[in-house]
Amino acid sequence: MAENESKANAAREYITFRIGAQYYCIDIMSVREIRGWTPATALPRAPAFVRGVINLRGVVLPIIDLADRLGFEPTEPTQRHVIIVAQTGKNIVGLLVDAVSDIINMPADKVQATPDVGSEAARAFVLGVMAIEDRMISLIALESVMPTLAREAA
Amino acid sequence: MSMKILTVDDSRTMRDMLRLALTGAGFEVVQAVDGKDGLDVLEREDPQLVITDINMPKMDGFGFIEGARRIDRFRVVPILVLTTESDPEKKQRARSAGATGWIVKPFDPVKLVDVIRRVAA
Amino acid sequence: MDPMQAIKDTFFQECEEQLGELETGLQAMEDGTADDETVNAVFRAVHSIKGGAGAFKLDRLVKFAHVFETTLDRIRNGQLQPAVPVMKSMLRAADVLADLVTFSRDGGALDDSRSNEVIAELSAHCEAKPAAQEEPAEEPDGNPFAALGWEPVAVSLEPVLNQYEIVFKPKPELYAKGNETTRLMRELARLGSLTVHCETADVPLLANLEPEQSYLSWRATLLSEQDLAAVQAVFEFVDGDCHLDIEAVESAAETAPEPETKAAIEEPKAVAEELRAAAPALREAAKAEAAGTANAAQNTIRVDLDRVDRLINLVGELVINQAMLTQRVLEAGAVKNASIATGLDDLEHLTREIQESVMAIRAQPVRPLFQRMARIVREVADATGKNVRLKTEGEGAEVDRTVIERLADPLTHMIRNAVDHGLERPEARTAAGKPAQGEVRLSAAHKSGRVVIEIADDGRGIDRPRVKSIAIKKGLIAPDAQLTDTEIDNLLFLPGFSTAETVSAISGRGVGMDVVKRSIQALGGRISITSRPGLGSTFSMSLPLTLAVLDGMVVKVADQTLVVPLNSILETMKPKGGEVYGLGPDSQVIGIRGGFTPLIDVGYELGFRSHRSDPMTGVTLLIETEGGVRSALMVDAIQDQRQVVIKSLEANYGHVEGIAAATILGDGRIALILDTDAIVNASCGRGTPSEMLLAG
Repeated sequence: MAENESKANAAREYITFRIGAQYYCIDIMSVREIRGWTPATALPRAPAFVRGVINLRGVVLPIIDLADRLGFEPTEPTQRHVIIVAQTGKNIVGLLVDAVSDIINMPADKVQATPDVGSEAARAFVLGVMAIEDRMISLIALESVMPTLAREAA
Repeated sequence: MSMKILTVDDSRTMRDMLRLALTGAGFEVVQAVDGKDGLDVLEREDPQLVITDINMPKMDGFGFIEGARRIDRFRVVPILVLTTESDPEKKQRARSAGATGWIVKPFDPVKLVDVIRRVAA
Repeated sequence: MDPMQAIKDTFFQECEEQLGELETGLQAMEDGTADDETVNAVFRAVHSIKGGAGAFKLDRLVKFAHVFETTLDRIRNGQLQPAVPVMKSMLRAADVLADLVTFSRDGGALDDSRSNEVIAELSAHCEAKPAAQEEPAEEPDGNPFAALGWEPVAVSLEPVLNQYEIVFKPKPELYAKGNETTRLMRELARLGSLTVHCETADVPLLANLEPEQSYLSWRATLLSEQDLAAVQAVFEFVDGDCHLDIEAVESAAETAPEPETKAAIEEPKAVAEELRAAAPALREAAKAEAAGTANAAQNTIRVDLDRVDRLINLVGELVINQAMLTQRVLEAGAVKNASIATGLDDLEHLTREIQESVMAIRAQPVRPLFQRMARIVREVADATGKNVRLKTEGEGAEVDRTVIERLADPLTHMIRNAVDHGLERPEARTAAGKPAQGEVRLSAAHKSGRVVIEIADDGRGIDRPRVKSIAIKKGLIAPDAQLTDTEIDNLLFLPGFSTAETVSAISGRGVGMDVVKRSIQALGGRISITSRPGLGSTFSMSLPLTLAVLDGMVVKVADQTLVVPLNSILETMKPKGGEVYGLGPDSQVIGIRGGFTPLIDVGYELGFRSHRSDPMTGVTLLIETEGGVRSALMVDAIQDQRQVVIKSLEANYGHVEGIAAATILGDGRIALILDTDAIVNASCGRGTPSEMLLAG
């Protein structure tokens, strides 16, 4: 029991990034690499937040515009934008974000439940929130932003 | 140095089982897939004991044993026949071809090793 | 993995191969094309299955295989003639054996009555009792030692020592079979305490000594807890090759083991060594190594499929990289340098060759698939009371393993159909002046980079008036529709069409030809039908040899690069003014050689642009979909024609309507491969499938 608790409280590392003025993060364990923006090949009949697919060393990688996905204005990607290549289960996805800001270390018990807010996107895509200095950082639920599941919902 | 045993069997399953049982008992195993192949491997590998199946394509076990016995340096190497038949006629034929003894399939690995110890120094 | 489990897996793989051999062999025996070796091979197949099954204690499989094998042995020995009824039973037995293998592997229960019925049949042919009762020793469930030919020896708690007097004189044959006195004595010594005396009186002077003769004899006294049988068992292998006398002496003396036992055993060994030394020929021969004559024992290796697929993927990357490199060099203008240009050409050839060689690893002959169909034919023929003969051709044609795997279900369905619906009953055939036995022909052949598989029957052919009336009744076509014969035949592929008025137990299963067609299309194949009334029908499938690459035309549509599979393109053309006509508010057709073909704006259909583009500014690709429907696809420009490596879009994203897969082009960017049929369907989505059909 005690061992389980200590495991649950073990610190995890998160990669934080900015979308507009808000901060988000994902578990570093699911991040495979971070790369610069390259133009994507558009997919017919895809939801707007799916920017298309790019070639990641032979793998067809779908690119999600995370801002659009979370209900913000769609991103106008430039050379400075980055793609976070993340994996959950067997699915690999590229997340288009403005910039990666930091890697933070956070014990599991410091992750708080998502406050009850009106935004449907926030409820669906945010797993929990954490406080660092004067910022609030939302932990992205990677599975929910994945296009395979998203497409079914669409 | 561990004893080198040649197994001659067209069935992969049997070859694998023999290999598992024999290597487990510390023997070195070389394999052949039929009688013809068996004679080739015999000459190349110089095993100290041979275990052969009877029913095989190209050359059956009887032909293989006769062939082996015609090679001078294999005239007295122990050759065990591996067979499902409990048929005495088959055993007799194998013996007249020059087989040292026999093992009836399905074999128990422990007993297999016992039989090998019985015919090999 | 547990090594025994790995061997078990091997066993089941091997069973599949053996069952294939069995099927082929039995077919040959039935056709009368079998020779002695065929019968031997058939026997060996069953024998091997039995052998392995015994090792894994698959009792029912062993029991059945044993009866089967016994019958085959009779045929092999000429005691039983492979007449028609016998062959019928054999084929049935092969089916039961295959089922038993499947059940042994996957679990589940076989209907006992079926196997018992076949056992009874086989036994009746052999005029013998069921063999399983004859040889209880082979029942794996019995005494485990019995399998090895030994009986376990009872050991009493209070050891009673038995005394045995053994006189043993080997004959030369004993040595000729590789047995040795020393080993026998050592075996005896293991049973208890042994005193051995070697009689050397008969050994002649060296000059008279015959190296192949046997001159020595032994007298031994054994004190052992073991019974007589155990002592006799030591000499099991030399029975007949020696004079042996074992006498159990009453009331054994409670004497301690003789200290000289070891020496006593070593002594004859020393003599034997001397004897060998006296036979120089033997020694010399042992040293004369006939080295270097051996050739490779096996010319095949087994490779994990994952490794092959990894290699194929890597080669795919290589192809893409090579294309990218070429493009970069071209862009850099370095190609003016002749040696660079030649180098690039060589690299391209080499890459192509590597790719083809790697693809060939995954290729397998269609033979096992065809072999399975023989059984389907038999079963359906039995169930429908039809007399059918399956003729197969081109079983050696090789296709990608995945294609073969995914072909099994559609092929099974078509074979069932051919026998159940295609062929007439024997009486009807005779009445029609045809032989009572119907024929189903299954063939495979390579044709221009694809494999064509045909299923032909010599039955009644498609009853077109009936097909048409059913289609009308089901609302698939208008009552007054004028259809050509081909169009009527193609109605069979429409979803919801089923010719059998009562769904038959054999072809029924709720699967129609539309499902077959979809499975074939999913493989990148196409299927067509031809039929002649009273003469039969032929289903012809054309399939890609591999699922990994595709020949395609690279086109531009609304700034996007797309690849159109070359096999669906009939011709390309540039529309001229006055050839395109509007049809209704939302459709256009193009006039080609006096006919009108629907014109599909690919960019518009895929949503790449919101308005249709002007047909005069683009290029049209005349395509034919699987049902023989023609459409004209409109694209902006044609760029290139090339082989592309197919990449799954589904792995990380999902299926996209109108798109078959993705690929990576020379510039490293992803291009989508068009699913032409889906595009055509989507553009007609507002209509019924039959309208689409009639549009052709």
